[in-house]
Amino acid sequence: MIRALMIICALASAAFAVEPDEILVDPVLEQRARDISANVRCVVCQNEPIDSSNSAIARDLRILIRERLVAGDTDNEVYTFLVDRYGSYILFRPPLNAATLPLWIGPFLILFFAIFGACFAFRNTERSPKKLSSEEEANLQRLRDEDNA
Amino acid sequence: MKRIWAFLPLLMIVVLGGFLGWGLNPNRDPSEIPSALVGKPLPEMVLPALAGIDNAGFVPADIAMHDLALVNVFASWCVPCRAEHGPLSELAAREGLALYGLNYRDQQADAVDWLNELGNPYLGIGHDEAGRAGIEWGISGVPETFILVRGTIVHRHVGPLVGEAATRPFLDALQKARMR
Repeated sequence: MIRALMIICALASAAFAVEPDEILVDPVLEQRARDISANVRCVVCQNEPIDSSNSAIARDLRILIRERLVAGDTDNEVYTFLVDRYGSYILFRPPLNAATLPLWIGPFLILFFAIFGACFAFRNTERSPKKLSSEEEANLQRLRDEDNA
Repeated sequence: MKRIWAFLPLLMIVVLGGFLGWGLNPNRDPSEIPSALVGKPLPEMVLPALAGIDNAGFVPADIAMHDLALVNVFASWCVPCRAEHGPLSELAAREGLALYGLNYRDQQADAVDWLNELGNPYLGIGHDEAGRAGIEWGISGVPETFILVRGTIVHRHVGPLVGEAATRPFLDALQKARMR
């Protein structure tokens, strides 16, 4: 029973949304199509790439990407084609430009300020203790002498 | 100098609170996709007519003839389209708008039956059997409705035009489009 379940699970994970009739004969082009599809957001089920989405529009987009690759488009031309129609929203890895700059450098800015703030906060506490003044030194010596006496 | 740092926690709360408040706004739809086609003309594409119905298909030039036109993306298999069909027909008739239809990923016979049953308010209907025009127009599903001023897309509405909440922003956009 358990063995049967394990086999079912293993088979289930091997199920892809890419259907046999979509797959290109040329394995190199097919791999490029798969790589592009993995980076293109499905506009219906938005956190899923079209590569693994079962929606009709994702299938249309996969077929379209393959058609364009067969027609001789470069990867960038395919991405540009999609971005022209759907905006950079459709890419999981958005391009670096003025609009997406906060997205790309924001985390590093926050980290920078965190480190800066931490340094500032701990600056006083980590300073080594001051040396005793000669007066304090004399007092200490006197107390020690008294103990020993 | 030290005094300024005392306001830092307050500043952080304001920034973080503002961000979280923005996120909690019930009118914000996080799954809304910003349209890349607003401000652009319709993609050059010939949309063939549906067989079995009088409406012609259309090309972008047909739509550009009108100062103000609507293009409604619909399909007979789409339930919200059915709900939207009556109010949308009424709106187009009342406002005297040129309403075009894009029949998306549909069987011709089903679409014709659907129009015969519910009425046919469209000036022209383009049949997009393979969903290719849908991709060219950057749609994410049906129904969607575009407002066009002399052939340029000025607004895209996603979802059915039913009920006050959905219709109000659309009517506002229509009003703005009239001013152009």
